[in-house]
Amino acid sequence: MTTLQKSGTMIPITITKETVLVVKEQDVVPLRNTVKQCAVKIKMGLVNQTKLITAASELVRNMLRYAKGGAVLVETVSVGRNQGVKLTFQDDGPGIADINQAMQDGFSTGNSLGLGLPGTKRLVNEFDIKSTVGSGTTVTIIKWVNG
Amino acid sequence: MEIVQVLKKRKQNVLKLWLDKQAHDAALNGNPFDEGEINDYVEKLVDTFVDSIENSNIDDIKSADFDAVIELLREVSFKRARQGFSPRETGLFIFSLKESILEVLSDDLKKSKEAIPFIITLSRLMDSLATVTFETFIEGREDVINRQTDEISEISTPVIKVWDGILALPIIGTLDSSRTQTVLENLLQEIVETGSSVAILDISGVPTVDSLVAQHLLKAVSATRLMGAECIISGIRPEIAQTIVYLGIDLSQIVTKSTLASALQHAFRILNLAVRNNDTTKTIKK
Ligand SMILES: Nc1ncnc2c1ncn2[C@@H]1O[C@H](COP(=O)(O)OP(=O)(O)OP(=O)(O)O)[C@@H](O)[C@H]1O
Ligand SMILES: [Mg+2]
Repeated sequence: MTTLQKSGTMIPITITKETVLVVKEQDVVPLRNTVKQCAVKIKMGLVNQTKLITAASELVRNMLRYAKGGAVLVETVSVGRNQGVKLTFQDDGPGIADINQAMQDGFSTGNSLGLGLPGTKRLVNEFDIKSTVGSGTTVTIIKWVNG
Repeated sequence: MEIVQVLKKRKQNVLKLWLDKQAHDAALNGNPFDEGEINDYVEKLVDTFVDSIENSNIDDIKSADFDAVIELLREVSFKRARQGFSPRETGLFIFSLKESILEVLSDDLKKSKEAIPFIITLSRLMDSLATVTFETFIEGREDVINRQTDEISEISTPVIKVWDGILALPIIGTLDSSRTQTVLENLLQEIVETGSSVAILDISGVPTVDSLVAQHLLKAVSATRLMGAECIISGIRPEIAQTIVYLGIDLSQIVTKSTLASALQHAFRILNLAVRNNDTTKTIKK
């Protein structure tokens, strides 16, 4: 699995950060808009913007569906000249017992398409998931402006 | 406290001063002071408040004696929120009652030994009333928002008959579960009513197509097919197309078009119709 440290040798520097709480379906659109604003601010192209927002949408829906909500940390980060948006989705839900299984296309315990997690990984540049059964799940993604 | 009895005696003065203050505040905020509407409330409020207040309950907002006052206040605040008053104006309304009472009583208070305890207790009581005002004000605004949400979801899902046998459904905004339900119901009903055989779902106005939205679209397509009609999805922007591919959603079983125009063309073809240019009598083909 791609980990955040693999992005070259440098660790991203945070430029701005903001936390958004998500507890109900009505919170999804404002979160997407916050993410979009960040992406626009660092002049991310339309295709990458759309990929990032869609990824955010998947993760936030998982959080609502499986963990009854959580918090999202929205950051703009930079490594060298490259800027990006980093999102951290944190919940206190039931956690995921088998992450490898959850990352497979088509695996779903919610009778759904099972594309959220694997699809998100394909949409972003960096993807990290940590989960402990009984205490929650944290998913971190980064989408670079150039990348 | 004797001062409570004095207050009861000076009820008319409080009423007059409070009305003056409101006319003044309204002028400051550039609003016409609507006397008829608010005067009723102001009178009733002063009446009920001054009549309810006693030595025994002045420090207890939860006392049932204040129920009538709270009920009235909730009514005014709710109304004001619905009428579009600002929170500031609504707050000033109750704060200026406190000021009026203290100003009317100021001479009596100067002489009284219980002035400070009275002012503190009265302030606490009035602040609780102000809290009620704010809570209700917010409720009123939420009520407005809820109505608007209902209205929006109603007006934003029109089904348009673009041709004999062809329906178009422009979807604008976020396609969440409840919205999809409304869209789908409208669509299926129109298909039956108009006997249409092609439906075009245009998603140009949908900002994000994630797996949930895709799933809703797939459901709409299969439901339309069950009704014996063909369903075309149009308005897939290039960035959305790329995202769908990366996400891994398979739309290959569905007819998709980039624009509503090309979807219409496809629909004409299904129905064996052709659009002709009168000048050249040539069939326009693409
Ligand atoms: N935050 C979370 N907490 C607990 N379990 C989760 C969480 N996110 C995902 N899962 C588990 O991982 C599985 C796979 O998630 P994924 O998003 O890939 O698919 P899905 O949500 O089931 O379907 P889709 O996203 O395609 O509608 C889920 O079915 C669920 O069991
Ligand atoms: Mg999911």
